[in-house]
Amino acid sequence: MKYIRNVTLKAFAILVVLDLLFAAVPLDALGRVSAYNHIFPGRWRLPWSEAPAKAYSLSLNNLEAMFASHEVSAPPAPDEFRVFILGDSSVWGFLLPKEDTLAARINAANWTTPDGRRVRAYNLGYPTISLTKDLLLLDEALRFAPDLVVWFVTLDSFPADKQLFTPLVQRNPEPVRRLIETHALNLDPSDPAFVAPSLWQTTLVGQRRAVADLFRLQLYGVLWSATGVDQDIPATYTPLTVDYEADTSYYGYTPETFTVQTLAFDVLAAGVEQAGDAPVLIVNEPIFISDGQNSELRYNLLYPRWAYDAYRRMLTDTAAEEGWSLLDLWDAVPPEKFTNTAIHYNVTGVMDVVNLIEPVVIEISR
Amino acid sequence: MTFIQLAIFTAANLIAGMLTRTRLRVWILMTASLVLIYWLQPASPVRHLDFWLPTATLGLVLVVYGITRPVPRRFERSDLPAALTVAITVSLIAGMRYLSPICCLTPTPPPVFVQVLVGLLIWAALVALAYFTAGRKAASAAAAVLIVLAFLFLKNETLGAWASAVLRSFTGQNTALAKPGDLAWLGYSYVAFRLLHVILDYRAGRLGQEFALDEFITYAIFFPAYAAGPIDRVQRFSADLRRAERLDPPRFTDGMTRLLVGVFKKFALADTLALMALSPLNAGQLQSSGWAWVVVYAYALRIYFDFAGYTDIAIGLGLLAGVRLPENFNRPYRQPNLTVFWNNWHITLTQWFRGYFFNPLTRSLRSSKRKVSVPVIIFVTQLATMGLIGLWHGISWNFLAWGLWHGLGLFVHNRWREWAGPRLALETRPAAVQKALTFFGWALTFNFVALGWLWFALPAPEQSVSVFKLLFGF
Repeated sequence: MKYIRNVTLKAFAILVVLDLLFAAVPLDALGRVSAYNHIFPGRWRLPWSEAPAKAYSLSLNNLEAMFASHEVSAPPAPDEFRVFILGDSSVWGFLLPKEDTLAARINAANWTTPDGRRVRAYNLGYPTISLTKDLLLLDEALRFAPDLVVWFVTLDSFPADKQLFTPLVQRNPEPVRRLIETHALNLDPSDPAFVAPSLWQTTLVGQRRAVADLFRLQLYGVLWSATGVDQDIPATYTPLTVDYEADTSYYGYTPETFTVQTLAFDVLAAGVEQAGDAPVLIVNEPIFISDGQNSELRYNLLYPRWAYDAYRRMLTDTAAEEGWSLLDLWDAVPPEKFTNTAIHYNVTGVMDVVNLIEPVVIEISR
Repeated sequence: MTFIQLAIFTAANLIAGMLTRTRLRVWILMTASLVLIYWLQPASPVRHLDFWLPTATLGLVLVVYGITRPVPRRFERSDLPAALTVAITVSLIAGMRYLSPICCLTPTPPPVFVQVLVGLLIWAALVALAYFTAGRKAASAAAAVLIVLAFLFLKNETLGAWASAVLRSFTGQNTALAKPGDLAWLGYSYVAFRLLHVILDYRAGRLGQEFALDEFITYAIFFPAYAAGPIDRVQRFSADLRRAERLDPPRFTDGMTRLLVGVFKKFALADTLALMALSPLNAGQLQSSGWAWVVVYAYALRIYFDFAGYTDIAIGLGLLAGVRLPENFNRPYRQPNLTVFWNNWHITLTQWFRGYFFNPLTRSLRSSKRKVSVPVIIFVTQLATMGLIGLWHGISWNFLAWGLWHGLGLFVHNRWREWAGPRLALETRPAAVQKALTFFGWALTFNFVALGWLWFALPAPEQSVSVFKLLFGF
């Protein structure tokens, strides 16, 4: 019994010491260690999945790991004009194979700039809607030296009180707080939405899920390399609705209370400023425009007409005031090309957008 | 198996291992096994089946015990506590239905009391019948046939779906929803092998000494080995049970080490490899030959670590309880040829088939009146044995193909050894040549086995063929 007791106590003591030692190592540092772009080819889009076992990918909140697994981390070709495309799930390519996303279609189109550089687009979209999330990703991406940032936005990414709803933002409080401070953003750095880990949560046991996610991301590299699959695309999906209730509400705003102050234009401005020498093209992304029941009140399930029209006016005016490059593609994709939501469109819709942004990108690259 | 289950298993075995009173130790192991086979049984869409399947297992065990009693038959008074324990345990598990705060040990609530009572009466009648027919060859043959028949229903999709539909009609459920997977009878394969071994040894007069009821039940459903083996022999198992050795530090260390090694193999290595291993889903998505090889190798390693891990856990738990279960794996992927591989892969299964099928079939062919050449005998026996081993995993074309793949491999290796042995005299060659040949033999064997898993892992043989083509660039 004494022997058994001693073995058990020693094993427990070793476990406690190892656990506490691990707390001293920031998990971000571990995220930089990656087999992608070395053993495995870099991913074409940031890792995200609701069905990891079928997508050979998973959602995680470790920005270092996310970027280390992306092809943007690989050394660039010498003749490359690097275009970073930011945005939500429509840019990421929900329900689209990796070859059919905006970035992939731009690359397949083989654009060249007037000075002969090859345009190389990188898909940095991520499936949640928040300008602050985009700003966070842009901040992380800038060390990979973009020549141009194309930032797809839509009304739902603007409401100021929705900026911190995204788990990626909540789980990365330090860089977000730094951005808030640097750009004096109208966001609360001590917002309770930010996740502040306790000492226990920084130990190996407390972070076991996050550590396991880092390992799983690396392990999925094998099947990503073997299959090229990074999303579980169902054979069928529920198409978006075209008929709506006679409801004109938008997050409790009225036409009177829906002002520039209620939208996070400061975050957009921060992104343009943060990009520094890299020009930023802001694109108001295409939305589904319904002609169904109550379509005179709503464009789609997301947006009542009054709110969206007001948003477009504010965006156009602010861009003009600030001198931003703005491309308004809100009605560029015909309704039949949308898939399951008001912002997701199929590959022919993607091609419509690609064709429309080509001259603008080429012009900016001069 | 979850970590909580594993912790409970470990505790139960430690308690049993610390006892020197043999009868009490056996009783604890039997009772723990009785409880745990209900707890481990997965849920079934067929109503109450997760209660009836473990109950049927117990019924089958008792029937075989009754049939294989020595003649003149008699009921040993010493068996009474064990019989009562079984009846009380099953009744308590069934009665948990009425104790809502702690309901239930089974994944879904057990049937109502009347149904349980009727079931137990039928069960008792069968056991009584078995006792009274002990010694009759027909009774033991009927039991063996029954065991094999049940196996066919579990392993064949069409029969399984049909059986599920029949059971659903009894429970008033929609028969159109019947699926083969409804009959997930945990541990049946291994219990069947143990019971068939007892019946066959009994019929051959090789069973030897008598076994007490609690020993026999513990042997048949010993919970560490219930779901994934190994397949022990009752004579050896009961000898361990009767040995009154208290758990000492060396045995504790051996048992815990084995247990932890098994946990590492299963939960760290196998589950990790599963994230990159070949599967029916990714087989059709593979694009390049090089990565396809990686995925196939990952599957080969995953299946080994998964199975060997479970075996290590079972052996470790057994050691804690004072039962030294037989080894199932001995570095199979490091063996220089296919014959040695099969001597070291799922050892207890191959020994079972060797003892009860391969050897009798070989003897029968050798002693047949029609002269059959040795190569033909080897060809027939190897293919038949490996084909059966394949079908044991599931009665479908892919498992048959896997079995035949190995049967052919074993035949070819046997013929090669016969032909090359005297001609090449490999043992007289320089050491470097022998080493190189050993390495070549290992590489060939490992790749042959790894490629064989293509049949095993993918339910459609045509899918396996397409992966073969990708691997070899066709």
